[in-house]
Amino acid sequence: MTIQEFLTSPVETARRTGPHDRIVLSSRVRLARNLRGVPFPGWAKKAERIKTLEAIRPAVESLPQLAGAFSETMDNLGPLDKMILVERHLISREHQAKGAGSGLVLNKEESLCVMINEEDHLRMQALRPGLQLKQAWLAIDQVDSDLETKLDYAFSPALGYLTACPTNLGTGIRVSAMLHLPGLVLAEQINQIIASVNKLGLAVRGLYGEGTEALGNVFQVSNQMTLGEVETDIVDRLNKALQQIIEHEENARAKLLEQKPKMVFNHIGRAYGILANTHIISSKETMNLLSLMRLGVDLEMFPGADRTLTDELFVVTQPAHLQRQFTEKLAAEERDVLRADMLRERLRQVGRPSPKTPGAGASPLDKRN
Amino acid sequence: MLCMICKQNAAQVHLTQIVDDKIKKVDLCEDCAKHKGINDTAGFAIADLLLGLGASQEMAQAGGGEDTKCPGCGFTAADFKKAGRLGCSQCYVTFAESLENLLKTMHKGTQHVGKAPYGLRQSRDLADRLKQLQKKLDRAVTDEDVEQAASLRDEIRSTRDQIEHLAPGVKP
Repeated sequence: MTIQEFLTSPVETARRTGPHDRIVLSSRVRLARNLRGVPFPGWAKKAERIKTLEAIRPAVESLPQLAGAFSETMDNLGPLDKMILVERHLISREHQAKGAGSGLVLNKEESLCVMINEEDHLRMQALRPGLQLKQAWLAIDQVDSDLETKLDYAFSPALGYLTACPTNLGTGIRVSAMLHLPGLVLAEQINQIIASVNKLGLAVRGLYGEGTEALGNVFQVSNQMTLGEVETDIVDRLNKALQQIIEHEENARAKLLEQKPKMVFNHIGRAYGILANTHIISSKETMNLLSLMRLGVDLEMFPGADRTLTDELFVVTQPAHLQRQFTEKLAAEERDVLRADMLRERLRQVGRPSPKTPGAGASPLDKRN
Repeated sequence: MLCMICKQNAAQVHLTQIVDDKIKKVDLCEDCAKHKGINDTAGFAIADLLLGLGASQEMAQAGGGEDTKCPGCGFTAADFKKAGRLGCSQCYVTFAESLENLLKTMHKGTQHVGKAPYGLRQSRDLADRLKQLQKKLDRAVTDEDVEQAASLRDEIRSTRDQIEHLAPGVKP
């Protein structure tokens, strides 16, 4: 079975629900592990990497949690396959660039994903929809405990699990959540929030992790320190910070609706107007406008439409997902036209947005604050 | 003032951050700042930049110089400066001294307190238990509680036995 056949369809993915999924798109806990006495992937020669992969892959495949999983070496995945995996947030951009000597094991539910020979020998991650960091931690902790009986991990009592980059040393844990924060962006409070989250020793990144921009008002929040703190404390700390951010986002939305309803409806109405009538549109503009439409759905401005639609479109309008529906290689300009065609078609079933709040739409001018 | 990254152009972007009561300053030229995404405040975490920059500086200043070579994998301090990553798990022993300060600035502590492989976890628990029992025994002896002391001595003996039977690699 190819990876494209294996993956859940975007519409099914969009139907997944979890706590706070109005704002928290997904939760993830990742652990970095390495084998003792073997060079890290970035320094190992190709033959060594292949040997390590051959040692790790069967151990991972044999876990009960990964029964029936998709397992493949990266050189057997095409560039389009890899890009689709990145767009689904299942592999990192770094792993996308890997070939022979690296591998991927992914379970059917797409809740466990193990990258072999990425930056470390093992990067195992548990994924959950909505805010479920604790559940994700428990799941990956179990996978790790099972794997340690089969593999000889590089571990030091003083420094913990030894990783290629000292920034991951100790627990090797990265706890993160993907957040949709259009309210904080529209209220121009997002930079303030990012600054205070940074002060807590947490990092805020864009849609595709390190060094990427926050397309579609989607932000990733994660821990930065991995040594000198117990895993469950890190999970709790992030959980608390996320609860705060959720509250701020809800407050920002409520306040915007109260003080500047016209501004909010204008953004959402224009977003719908463009998406439903466009003939050429880039993936970046699509994501930013879909984000506003998603906000409109949250505010019940689109009767009959639900978040599944915007969330599915968010995935299927991305370059690799668009490309895979066509056999011939598309240029960026061609994709922009096909993307627009798809959006117009899909939005025909969605009526024009109308503000739900009685009276709010009728006020002649937004209140100035 | 020259840019701290390329060391060629004049620094025009100046950032100051306070980490653990210490002031950290970063001076960059426009190109490097842009490259690091400083114009894009949303995607930028100053700590990333500081950590990345700090790593190579610490390694460069650390004792042993750039010639120190890891016996496990042949990795040198110069390689780390270039890659920002280490060669193998043994590098943590080879470059231990150089890494100490770096880890201090990077993490909450320098001693791992989280999860450990099962064998080591068991060993850690047994060692803790032994210490506790020893303390209790000392108290029992001071209090001249002979009965209590005898039972504690038995417990200590059995704990020691368990430690003896651990795999050689995980003994405390």
